[in-house]
Amino acid sequence: MTLLATRKKKPSGLAAWEEPPSPAGRVGKGAVLTVIVLAVLLPLYTIVLTSLSSKATVNRVGGLVLIPEGITFDAYIQIFSDTVVRRAVLVATGVTVVGTAISLGVSILGAYSLARPGSFLHRPLLFAVLLMFVFFPGLIPVYLMVSGLGLKDTYWSLILPTAVSAFNVVVMRAFFMNIPGEIMDSARIDGAGEFRILWRIVLPMSKAVTAVVGLFYAVGYWNAWFNAMLYLEDTRKWPLALVLRQYVVDSNPLPTATVGVTGAGDMPPTLAIKMAIVVVAVVPALVIYPFVQRHFTKGVLIGAVKG
Amino acid sequence: MGTVTVKKPARRGRTDPRAGGARGKPVTWRAKLRRDWPLLLMNLPMLLLVVAFWWIPGLGNIIAFQDYSPYSGGILGSPVIGFTNFALLFQDPQFLRAIVNTLSITAFQLIFYFPVPIMLALLLNSVVSARLRAFVQGVVYLPYFFSWVLVVAIFQQMFGGAGLLAQLLRERGHEGVDWMTNSDTFILLLTTQTIWKDAGWGAIIFLAALSTINPSLYEAAAVDGAKRWRRMWHITLPGLRPVIILLLILRLGDALNVGFEQFMLQRGAVGSEVSEVFDTFVFYSGLRTGDLGYGAAAGLFKGLVGLLLIVAANRVAHAFGERGVYSRS
Repeated sequence: MTLLATRKKKPSGLAAWEEPPSPAGRVGKGAVLTVIVLAVLLPLYTIVLTSLSSKATVNRVGGLVLIPEGITFDAYIQIFSDTVVRRAVLVATGVTVVGTAISLGVSILGAYSLARPGSFLHRPLLFAVLLMFVFFPGLIPVYLMVSGLGLKDTYWSLILPTAVSAFNVVVMRAFFMNIPGEIMDSARIDGAGEFRILWRIVLPMSKAVTAVVGLFYAVGYWNAWFNAMLYLEDTRKWPLALVLRQYVVDSNPLPTATVGVTGAGDMPPTLAIKMAIVVVAVVPALVIYPFVQRHFTKGVLIGAVKG
Repeated sequence: MGTVTVKKPARRGRTDPRAGGARGKPVTWRAKLRRDWPLLLMNLPMLLLVVAFWWIPGLGNIIAFQDYSPYSGGILGSPVIGFTNFALLFQDPQFLRAIVNTLSITAFQLIFYFPVPIMLALLLNSVVSARLRAFVQGVVYLPYFFSWVLVVAIFQQMFGGAGLLAQLLRERGHEGVDWMTNSDTFILLLTTQTIWKDAGWGAIIFLAALSTINPSLYEAAAVDGAKRWRRMWHITLPGLRPVIILLLILRLGDALNVGFEQFMLQRGAVGSEVSEVFDTFVFYSGLRTGDLGYGAAAGLFKGLVGLLLIVAANRVAHAFGERGVYSRS
């Protein structure tokens, strides 16, 4: 299978030989596209709007709000004045930043070290990574290993077990291998060591793949809740995704929450608070996304498909 | 996406100038080590993590053959009971249910999820305006980056008992609906969630394949009088065929993996009857109950059958002339 990584730009108009679409076809296609776009955006819209709505509005509507009315930031003020959510955001941010840095560093070094066939121990080391694709050791032995290393109830249990993704390493490796060897050879002749070649030559040429793999790792850490549930007994160490799960999906009261339990008086409505937490959980992805999006095709496909 | 093809050294056969000595003689391992030690150093952190959290746990699966208890000496001291755990597994109705559910979900999603990214890619590819296409792509890729927790939360708010749909129906005097707790339609809900989250991203690979189809084929066909649908049938679909076959085979090799979080998150709402799959079984019947040897046996069973399926799927891929997840080295 040979897929080109770069997508040829189609001329904005039709080719000379192409028959113009029929009016019915255009309307139909437009309708389908509208439905698809709305299916993604409408839920996000109503969730954001509900998180910004006052108790009166939410109560009158009886649920999610579709028409803006009386915008208020009470729900956000409320969740950020609450220690549980604030801590959870901090923990998630910390784990995401540290975890992504570790994962990206380890993967870049690892991918580079495996990008040269014929080097010392190249095959067994590559094999050790590739076998991860075909065999997963299972939940329980990994759990025993994490406990055995004394990582339970530490933030490291959220980072180290998932720090290396074989997929990401292989994608990076393929990207590195596409860089012409002559460039590196000439640097080597000029006396550059491997670390300098990686830092000065390979990495600057691999921005696309680094951005995409970094996004994958960051999203993975930010979204992870299962390891936290498994390894963290201290609920104060919970990341945001687990709080989201407990409070929003399962509607359990938060361990030491002051939020939402009362819901009386001038407190913002529970639903608005829930939706505010959803928004806080989704915002980082929305913010980083546009910057990385243009690298998707190049960064992912060159490694994954063209390989 | 599970599609990874690994390039075999492109220069095999020809001599890599760095792999041989000055006159093309093979270098000794000592010389290689002296030359390549920085690469080994670079590999080390990754190797440590992979060994610690993948290979040692992989070997730790011997507890599947033990009556394991951390208090009776752990992995070294627990009594070995051979295949008893495995024999028990196949008498456990919950485990059999997990097998049946996993396979039905895979089959269902092969029919109702698998074609969606292809159709989406065809649709996107037919959008003439490049800006509109980029916008729609940007929107449909987005949910791939949301967590399952978020997706389930969003679906609750849309289709749950107190969700938007129920609310709109009640306003118009109809009965409300609650799809989130209906175990009969769970497989449908599950697939809808998967489509919402992953179909857009899944279209990328087909879009890339579409962009490699030679445009002059379309032109020639158009000149010969082939209309839009005929061109799609005779040029586009054959152009996509290799990717479709490859992904189909890979999905079959991955048949035991139907995801985990979706089931963990919605088990409480729909019950374990319909939501038990391999991974949740390992969690609830092994880890939760403390019967770690039993759970590990289920996990190992899944791992080994999965390994066989992947190897078989690759054989088939090679037979079709495709490269599969790995190529023969």
